[in-house]
Amino acid sequence: MPAAQVNSRQTIQDKFELDQTDRRIINRLQDGMPVCDQPYLLVADELGIQEHELLSRLQAMLDNKVLSRFGPMFHAERLGGGLALAAMCIPETEFDHVAAQVNELPEIAHNYQRTHKFNMWFVIATEQKSDVERVASQIESTTGYPVYNMPKIEEYYVGLRFPV
Amino acid sequence: MLVYDSQSDTGYQINALDRKLIQLTQSGLPLVSQPYQELAQQLGITACEVKARFQRMLDHGVIRRIAAVPNHYSLGFRANGMTVWNVPDNRISDLGPKIGAFEFVSHCYHRPRHLPDWPYNLFAMVHGHSRDDVQDHIRAISDVIGNDNHGSDVLYSTRILKKTGLRLAD
Repeated sequence: MPAAQVNSRQTIQDKFELDQTDRRIINRLQDGMPVCDQPYLLVADELGIQEHELLSRLQAMLDNKVLSRFGPMFHAERLGGGLALAAMCIPETEFDHVAAQVNELPEIAHNYQRTHKFNMWFVIATEQKSDVERVASQIESTTGYPVYNMPKIEEYYVGLRFPV
Repeated sequence: MLVYDSQSDTGYQINALDRKLIQLTQSGLPLVSQPYQELAQQLGITACEVKARFQRMLDHGVIRRIAAVPNHYSLGFRANGMTVWNVPDNRISDLGPKIGAFEFVSHCYHRPRHLPDWPYNLFAMVHGHSRDDVQDHIRAISDVIGNDNHGSDVLYSTRILKKTGLRLAD
């Protein structure tokens, strides 16, 4: 995906105003929703709103990209796949060209430019654990630059808790 | 064949039906009154079966939770720093959970060094409304690490080059 297109996503919601009910919904639903027949009704009751209001506000916040997603948060490794953070040091003049080469691979889930000599950081996500190395080698041979593979050794915390 | 590393040995391996449910919900849970009933109809199975499978995946940590993922940029958390620290390997298991416990940290991991270019082994993603905010958070982390701090850096994201969710192939 061209970078410009992705960047525009970040500014769309500048004008979307969250009211107090939206904020309570976000805070409540970051913690997780139980599995039951009518989970939205259950959460709506907790928040003292109607189920249809919860659903329409959720839809609006997804449409406006206040929420990136609503649904099951999968633990990638526990699905049996491979996952690794990797970094590269790419000269400024080559950066966009290499970014396009890297992004072309479907196994690249996220890719960020960062303020460092190690200026390109991406996540390699593969169906098979053993494929991470193959993808890293493929990137090295396509781009001509080394890939610094940094798979996690231990996880201490993962979670997004943004009180809003 | 699914292979797990030691950390993710949950004693449960997803099967074909689980995979179908994952594929159906990887872009999100249906926003209808009875979402599991809706998924059940799509697959021609009972809502009971669908709920049982989701509950099992939750119990085994295959699903962390069914939740809203805020777009932190749109909530005003515009400064996102990947803080990286060089701490002694024999201290990292003690320090990691303490740093992960800060509310402003969304991810905290032990990762390999690549000497001599990359000496850092502890990663903590820090979110703030501004870079000043992030600098305050970095000082708080630094206080916790104390004398075990053998060097640190912060890398701010300047551009999202690609962002897709988890995708399972069909």
